[in-house]
Amino acid sequence: MENRLFGRDIVSISDLSRDDIESIIKQAATLKELGAGPYLSGKLIASCFFEASTRTRLSFEAAVQTLGGRLIGFSDSETTSAKKGEKLSDSIRMIAAYADAILLRHPHEGAARMAAEVAETPVINCGDGANQHPTQTLLDLFSIAECQGRLDGLNIALVGDLKYGRTVHSLALALAHFKPHLHFVAPDALRMPSYIENALADGGVSFEYQDSLEDVVPKVDVLYLTRVQKERLDPTEYMHVASKYVLTVDGLCNAQPHLRVMHPLPRVDEIHPAVDTTEHAYYFEQAKNGLYVRQALLSLVMNESLE
Amino acid sequence: MSDLSGEKLSVEAIRSGTVIDHIPRGRGLRILGRLQLKNSEARITVGLNLPSRNLSAKDLIKIDEWQFTETDAAELALFAPNATVNIVENYKVKRKFTIGMPSEFVNVFWCPNANCVTRHDSVGTRFKVNRTVDGVHLQCHFCERGFSEELFTEQDRLLGLAYMETVV
Repeated sequence: MENRLFGRDIVSISDLSRDDIESIIKQAATLKELGAGPYLSGKLIASCFFEASTRTRLSFEAAVQTLGGRLIGFSDSETTSAKKGEKLSDSIRMIAAYADAILLRHPHEGAARMAAEVAETPVINCGDGANQHPTQTLLDLFSIAECQGRLDGLNIALVGDLKYGRTVHSLALALAHFKPHLHFVAPDALRMPSYIENALADGGVSFEYQDSLEDVVPKVDVLYLTRVQKERLDPTEYMHVASKYVLTVDGLCNAQPHLRVMHPLPRVDEIHPAVDTTEHAYYFEQAKNGLYVRQALLSLVMNESLE
Repeated sequence: MSDLSGEKLSVEAIRSGTVIDHIPRGRGLRILGRLQLKNSEARITVGLNLPSRNLSAKDLIKIDEWQFTETDAAELALFAPNATVNIVENYKVKRKFTIGMPSEFVNVFWCPNANCVTRHDSVGTRFKVNRTVDGVHLQCHFCERGFSEELFTEQDRLLGLAYMETVV
């Protein structure tokens, strides 16, 4: 089968078609089951993290190493020429001349798009400010497909900070390819932005707001929780919200047996630790899947054929 | 040609250049601001609140010795998409076209998102034009954020304020 991801930049989840997403999920499942192959043998990958990251950087670098590739790079901008005032576009042109692909995290929104346009080598966006983090969305989609056996027509609840959370924005838009029914549970101050609601409506996705976790748990296949940051709400409202959107074992008593709980991590208080040992908890498996999805993406972008 | 000849008493004719006609009343000064940003030396005559057959009143701008291209005109599309551009040579209209709304604006506006890479790096700006029931929205090619048109049509004024602040 033709590999349409070969040589491509991975900047935004909206650049990926349903076919692209499915081929990444399929490859991730293969790598998870059979183990990594030498898909990056002889390749040099530049890991350019202009701001700190734990999970994303380590899982990407682990993916490169386990696929037999070699790494150059840095893990914060303090040790780079950016500190001397060098423009990102100049840095990227130089790095592109050294490496076969660039993994880029940068605090400015649109940095990855700009880098992709100036670099001749593929650029993979590892997070550009509050804009995009496509591999987080891909690992979410892979985890949903893995735990539910399908992506089409699922009932999925997105809970918590739906206003500022780029994770839930990208996930909702990517799910639009698979005609889900979405349930939003969020305080009034943190509802989905209208441009996301409009895009979902334009894509024919049905969605509704629910008042509480209690209302939504019996109805859904996937419960996707996110962290509500204290600074987003006034203290009284935060106290109210914090108690209303915490998932406990009791809160899952009306759940369907196949319901799985997901969270992009790090979690703070949204999920009680006792939930971790229930059959519904899937967030640690989800985080683990970050490695397989990043391996899958790198193997597809860097190889014309995977035969 | 008919509209132009009808206004020759209100605004002096030009030998060569561009006449932007049918500008909605109140938008003339905004367009003037943009033209001055582009070329502060341009010789410009402005007519405000002129009588119009199709609009209740209109603004009109004449620019001496600067014959607009379609690209020059498209930059004004957010201010007056239905305005008519007349290219004048030897006191005669050589060509006439409506500004229209382009599918994108390249290097015309700056991105309202202060954290957009275009505000920090020497990279041009690009905005895709989306028409919605609420009006025109522009989406940044880089940071992917969508903005309503007012955030762009107010930019000259904001630039002016920023300039004033640095001067003061």
